[in-house]
This record gives sequence, structure tokens and C-alpha cells, in this order.
Amino acid sequence: MSALTHLDRLEAESIHILRETVAEAARPVMLYSIGKDSAVMLHLARKAFYPAALPFPLLHVDTSWKFKDMYALRDKVGAEQGIDLIVHKNPEAEAKGINPFDHGPLHTDLWKTEGLRQALDMHGFDAAFGGARRDEEKSRAKERIFSFRTASHRWDPKRQRPELWSLYNVRKNPGESMRVFPLSNWTELDIWTYILREAIEIVPLYLAAPRQVVERDGLIIMVDDERFRLNEGERVETRSVRFRTLGCYPLSGAIESEADTIEQVVQEMLLATTSERQGRIIDRDAGEGSMEKKKQEGYF
Amino acid sequence: MALPNASKYQAGERDLIAADISAYLAKQTSKELLRFITCGSVDDGKSTLIGRLLFETRQIFDDQMAALEADSKRVGTQGANIDFALLVDGLTAEREQGITIDVAYRFFATAKRKFIVADTPGHEQYTRNMVTGASTADLALLLVDARKGVLEQTRRHSILCNLVGIRRMVLAVTKMDLVDFDREAFDAIVADYRAFAEQVGIAEWIAIPVSGLTGDHVAGRGEAMEWYEGPTLLEHLESVPIDSAADEAKPFRLPVQWVSRPDQHFRGFAGQVASGSITPGDEVRILPSGRMTKVARVVTMDGDLPQAVAGQSVTLTLAEEIDCSRGDVIAAAKDPPHAADQFEATIVWMADEAMTPGRGYWLKLGTQTVTATVAHPKHQLNVNTLEELAAKTLDLNGIGVAELTTDRPVVFETYRDAEGGPPNRVLGGFILIDKLTNATVAAGMLHFALRRAENVHWQALDVSRETHARLKGQKPAVLWFTGLSGAGKSTIANLVEKKLAAMGRHTFLLDGDNVRHGLNKDLGFTEADRIENIRRVGEVAKLMADAGLIVLTAFISPFRAEREMVRRMMGEGEFIEVFVDTPLDEAEKRDVKGLYAKARAGELPNFTGIDSPYEAPEKPELWIDTTKLSAEQAAEQIVSAIMDFERR
Repeated sequence: MSALTHLDRLEAESIHILRETVAEAARPVMLYSIGKDSAVMLHLARKAFYPAALPFPLLHVDTSWKFKDMYALRDKVGAEQGIDLIVHKNPEAEAKGINPFDHGPLHTDLWKTEGLRQALDMHGFDAAFGGARRDEEKSRAKERIFSFRTASHRWDPKRQRPELWSLYNVRKNPGESMRVFPLSNWTELDIWTYILREAIEIVPLYLAAPRQVVERDGLIIMVDDERFRLNEGERVETRSVRFRTLGCYPLSGAIESEADTIEQVVQEMLLATTSERQGRIIDRDAGEGSMEKKKQEGYF
Repeated sequence: MALPNASKYQAGERDLIAADISAYLAKQTSKELLRFITCGSVDDGKSTLIGRLLFETRQIFDDQMAALEADSKRVGTQGANIDFALLVDGLTAEREQGITIDVAYRFFATAKRKFIVADTPGHEQYTRNMVTGASTADLALLLVDARKGVLEQTRRHSILCNLVGIRRMVLAVTKMDLVDFDREAFDAIVADYRAFAEQVGIAEWIAIPVSGLTGDHVAGRGEAMEWYEGPTLLEHLESVPIDSAADEAKPFRLPVQWVSRPDQHFRGFAGQVASGSITPGDEVRILPSGRMTKVARVVTMDGDLPQAVAGQSVTLTLAEEIDCSRGDVIAAAKDPPHAADQFEATIVWMADEAMTPGRGYWLKLGTQTVTATVAHPKHQLNVNTLEELAAKTLDLNGIGVAELTTDRPVVFETYRDAEGGPPNRVLGGFILIDKLTNATVAAGMLHFALRRAENVHWQALDVSRETHARLKGQKPAVLWFTGLSGAGKSTIANLVEKKLAAMGRHTFLLDGDNVRHGLNKDLGFTEADRIENIRRVGEVAKLMADAGLIVLTAFISPFRAEREMVRRMMGEGEFIEVFVDTPLDEAEKRDVKGLYAKARAGELPNFTGIDSPYEAPEKPELWIDTTKLSAEQAAEQIVSAIMDFERR
């Protein structure tokens, strides 16, 4: 009797989901956000289709406000043989100069939510892989692995399909689409232990290093480029920090840490006392049920 | 705010994390995975118990704890205490209603195992959610309020879990704190459940007295219930056998998901091993074609594997270039599954719109998608009592047994394992999909195939029945003449065959007399032998129709059921029943072979019409009244009907 571990089983399930989508969807795409979950998802996709190249492109919905380190890894991945990377920036947001300093929630709405819809419609993608996990947030605990979206990309809790066994219903009418979450059953600890086991490359921002930061509204924000606007009384200082989640740099809170290996990061995480999404400003926007509202609007 | 006792359970783990993270992480990679479902309602303390499990295994961070404390004060139902239920209720609307209305998945882990918990609501109107959550579970955690005992709901949940093939149950008797941790209260509930479990055939179950509020017997033992000597809930969850391990002992099956063709030299078949194991060099059969070959390699990105086992997603290459595509099943050559196109199944209806018998639905089973029609249910199941009720259709949350027919053979296994192992989820479970809305409308579990003949579908056929028919330039059909002895079946069938032959048709006449002298000479005239006689003739007629022939059969074939059986063997519209209607007194008067006289004299027992019944067809395709038509006229009428059939 072999002993498949929980990571083996999670891996096999994710690969099954990836293959099932490719077999049944007309135009699948993988949303590549450059974060650690995306890195794991991409790794699983390579495994799923090896020795063939990925049978779908990667899509990065860019906001032009990501960390420099993220762009560096993205461009490195995009340059690999067999990888077709599409970068989409919402032209309207670009023209209006939408930014996290002046526009608040509109920044996420226009660049991410609207940008994603545009890209999916423009290329006619009918199934988009996302790296969301059920353990991230309460409203995601009920998310399906194959999440059905109407032609206007809305998530309707009443029209989600029951998922039995490992049988997924990928059928849909023209215009309708699916978000597919191969990492649904992974936890943050699973992600980290898998990154270690498989030696998956991640953005160095996940590991602690001396970085230029300011403190704002109780969050430690990194000053990643010259566009950062200092408020009165704010002071740029160098602190040893790392990030638990990565997004637009002015919206991502760092935590002070000396953990500069993945092992130490996991150690800190396990002994830590705050949950993962705590460092993200967007979840706080609307208080109760905010993620659920975003999901209904088409945000991942 | 009364904070629950801090967890001691994970203290050892945390020490290791702090002292030697590498050693800890090494342990993390060797955990097992157990999936279970929780059944019960918020009233039974379900959410409290799950919340307690998450808390005890440190899945709750301080910020969540702080939010929980605030929420508990605001909307909690536990007074000054932490309301763990708030941790697990998800969507805003549900939280306002105070009930969970969907399946939520929770995760926690101990040093030995990672757990995936399907949390489903308990009310009857959420049967579909429970079945969904149960479909992947190794175990069911049934909650019973110590104050209320085993309720109808408990029985329903047990029946549903048993139906979906969960073999192991845990009866968690909750809120023991509210009955002063009383042993007698617990024992009474256990005795009650034991009687029920025996009745419905639940073999493996254990009862554990717990309190989600105080945490007793969830992770730690506590002092309040020293009379209980069994394992705590977590101890049990950590040690109970896992289904997926038992799947490895079954014969090898891999439903092909995707064919990998990166270049001309590589052709791999990707899929997740449903059961068994495979090693390069092993003989396999590709179904439904039945072709045999050997496995050449087990390909993964990490290098070729010496073996693949149940649960793994791999890519196989085969020793020979063989037709194999998505939907096919690669199986152990010596022990392959069967293929069939008619089944009996348990169906759980999951859509607001009721089932429409006769309508075509997509049926997805493994990686196969076919069109299926469902007959009127044989019965509907009362999930509270297991009572079988008559039903014309199935409504939302209705569970029934029905026959279904697919438009082509499906490679399958019976859902329930014959050896008592875990259910054959991959090749025995299916969903039905509405062709218009694409919604998943039902889940089903196959019992068995209705036509055993189809099970022997392994022999690969290079020349198909369509090819045979095309070569002969005709439409195959079976003209089934039925009627009393001496009705004129053989006479008319002979005339029909002559006419068809004159028109250039390829035909063959199977006659009661010629078959009984050879193929069926071992059969007599008892009811059982008559049924077998017709079955064999039906099989031969089917083979001949497969060969492209127009087959004429002339048999008394007195029983309606057997004629229907033969009808089902043939393709749609290919079975043409010809009722040669001659009244008994007329046939007896003619008595061409002198058989009626012998029968009347008692020399021929079981003679149709005399001491054995003849069940006349109710709706034959052709009705020949021999008191009004001559044999020649009858033959002409039949031939013209065949011409009509060919034009259709």
C-alpha cells in the first residue's frame, strides 16, 4: 500500500480540475496574479499537461501599481518557452490616471474588476482559472470549484451548481463563463509546504529584507517607486519587512519580520495571531460581507 | 466575555514549530487526508462543534477571534459566551436568517491528518446539499442533541449518508453539559440509535459524548465524563480508516481525461487513477472498444514513475498505437469494467423543475458524457423511513429508483462495492445536466445494467453494424411473429421472406422448429425453458440484425415480458412485432400438426392456450387477423409495412 500524503492528494485533485477544464472549455485562460498561489497554480498546470506546453495563455490584469519585484518575476515567466502571457491594462483607467492615492475603491473597481471583464470579453475566454482558496475568507468557504458566471460576469449564489464526487459540469451557454479554482481545498499552510517541497519560485517580497517603508493608518506600506506620495508627517524608514499577500504596492500592508527563508516564514505564520487577509486594505472597504459583494460584481 | 479554555491539544505542535521548523515541515508533508461531512442543524450545536474543532486545532487567528468576540456580543446566541457558530456561517443572507443554506468547506489539521469538512444544513429541504457534501466524504459526523435524542432528522441524515455510500458514522451526542454529563442520557441515545442502525444496515458507527461549549471529548478528555472510555472525537477522526487507501486494492481503472500530443512522437493519456494501481508492462484493456495493449510508461513532470496508484493524476503511454480518447477507460485487462446502455439507478433530484421522464438529459459519468432518458420512477424513497412510495416523477430533493437509457454504451461500475469496500464513486456516480439551461439537475448512483448481454462489450469490432447494413444496402430489422400454435406464423413468415428475397433483401427466417432441433434442443416447455428459448432466439436475432440482415422469427413467444425484453435489445424502431391473431378455437380446428389433440389428451403438458397462457400483444406494430386475411394477403400487408419502415 502506497502512502499518498495530503499534498499528493491535493495536487492530484488540482491537476484533475485543470485537465477537466481544458478538455471541456472552449477557451480557457489562467489568471496569473504573480502571487504565491498563482505560482503554485502555474506549477500544477505545468505538471498537468507535461510534456505538452500549457494549452492556455496566462492573463495578468495589470494595474500598473504592482511591486517592481512582481513585474520582474512576471516578465521572467512570460519569457519562458511555451508560455503565452497576455498583459491587460484597462485603457480607461490608464487614460484617467486612476491610482490608489486619489481614487480609493475606484482604483480596484476600474483596474481589476473592470479590467478583468474587459480582458475576458476581448479574448472570448469562457473559463478562467483563479488561485482563490476556500480557507481565505468566510464567504469563500461555499464557493464552488467551478463557479458559474452570467454573461455579465456576475456571480449569482442561486445559480451555482452542486458539485458531487469529482464530477464537474463545465457546460454553459454562449456568453456565460466559469471561474475555476483548482486550489479550492488548499490552505495557506498547504501552499507553503508545497512551495517548499516543489522548490517553486516566488516573488522575494514574501521573505523578509530591509525595505523602504512608511507607516500609514496602522499599516506598513512599502515605498516601491517615486510615484509614492508622502503625507505630512510621514517618514520613510528602512525596516526588515515581508508581505503575506501581494497586490498593488500602495495597498499592501507589510509585517515586520526577520524571516528570510520560507521555513521561517511558515514558522512565523504558524505562531502568528492574525489571519492572512488582514494586510489587505480592500477587504475593509465595505465592512461586513465586502468580499461577497465584490464577488457578485465580478472581482475574483 | 467568557473565553473558552485555551487549546492544550496543539501545544506539542507549537513547541516543535518554535524549536525546529524544518522537522515540523517534514512532518507536514507526510499527513493523510480525511474528508468528512457534518450532519445536524445549528440547534444541535453543529456550528459550535466545528468552531470548537477549528479552535482546538488552532485554525482561528487572533483577529478572527476578536471579530468573533465582537460578533458574539452583537448577534450571538450564546449570551456572554463565544458563539462559535458565527465562525462557520458564511453568506450574509444566511447569517441574517441564522441558518446555513449551502455546503461550506472547512479545513483543519492535526499532526497526523488534514481534514476537509463539508458542512451542510440539516433541514429536509436541503437534502441536495447534504448529498453533495456526502458524495466525497469518508465519514459522517452525525450530531444529536443530548436533550432531544435521536430525531427523525438524525435518521434521515443517516439514511442519506448510507445511500451515498458513506460506510462510517460518528454519532456525536452534543450539549452533554446541558444534561449534567449524564451517562444514562447518553446510553439511552446509543441504544436507540443501535436499533435504528441495525434496521437500515449501518455497520460501522461509534457514539461519542461531547460538549462543543466546554470542549469535553472534542480534543481533550475533560473530567466531567470519566465514565466514557472510548476515543475523543479528534482521536477517532485521526485513526479511522480512509476510503482512498482501500481504493488501491481494487482493479485498475483510469478514465481518460485528455490526450496529450505535444508532437508526433508522444501520445499520452492523462487522467486520475480511479482505483487500483498500474506498473509499466501491465496488460490493459481500453474500453469500450475492448482493445488490449500494455502500459509503456507512467509519465510525470518529476520523471517516470515505477507505479501509479488510486488517487494520482498521471499520464500513461501505451505500448501500441491504439485508438483511445477522452471518455474511454483504461482498465486492468483481466478484470475490466462493463459497458451498458440501460441501467437501474438511484436518482437524487436537485432542480426546482421536476424530472421529465423521457426527456433527454446530458449524463456525465467519469469523463464520459452521453444523452440519457429516465423512465418513470419505480418508486420514490421516503428518506425519513426508507418507505418506498409510488411516484410519477421526482421533485426537488426527491430520491427515487428509476431505469435510464443512454444513447451509447457507458463504461461503468455499480456504485456500491460488491465486496463492501468504498463505493465506486468515479465509475458508479453520475450527474444529469439540463440540455437547455446546462444546470446540474440530478445526481445518480448506478445499481446495475439491465441488459447483461451488453456487459460482454469487450470484443473489439472493426466492422460496425452500420457497415454491415450499408454493404447490404438495407435497414436491418427483426420481424417478430407471435401467436398461438397453428396460427399461421411460419406460413406467413415464409411467404414474407420469399417476397423480400425476390426484392433483393438479405433475410433469414428463424423458426420454432429449426431452432429447437439445434441451438435450443436442451430446452423443454416449462415456463423457465420457454423464457430461455425466447432469450436465445432474441440474441441470435440481434446478432443477425447486427450483421445487417432482416430477420424473421416465428415463435409462439407467449409471454409479453420476454417479447419486451427482445424489443429492448434491438435498436430504436428495429423490432417489429407481428401479431398473427387466430382465435384458439380456430387454431384448434385447423390443428395442422395434431398438437392440440395431443395436448387435450394430456400428452403435451404446458401447451399454450390449453394449460399454459398466451399473453396477446397490446400494441403490436402489425396486427394480422387470419380470420379476415388469407396468408398471401397478410404477407403483402407485412411487406408493404417493411417498405414503409425502410423509407423512415
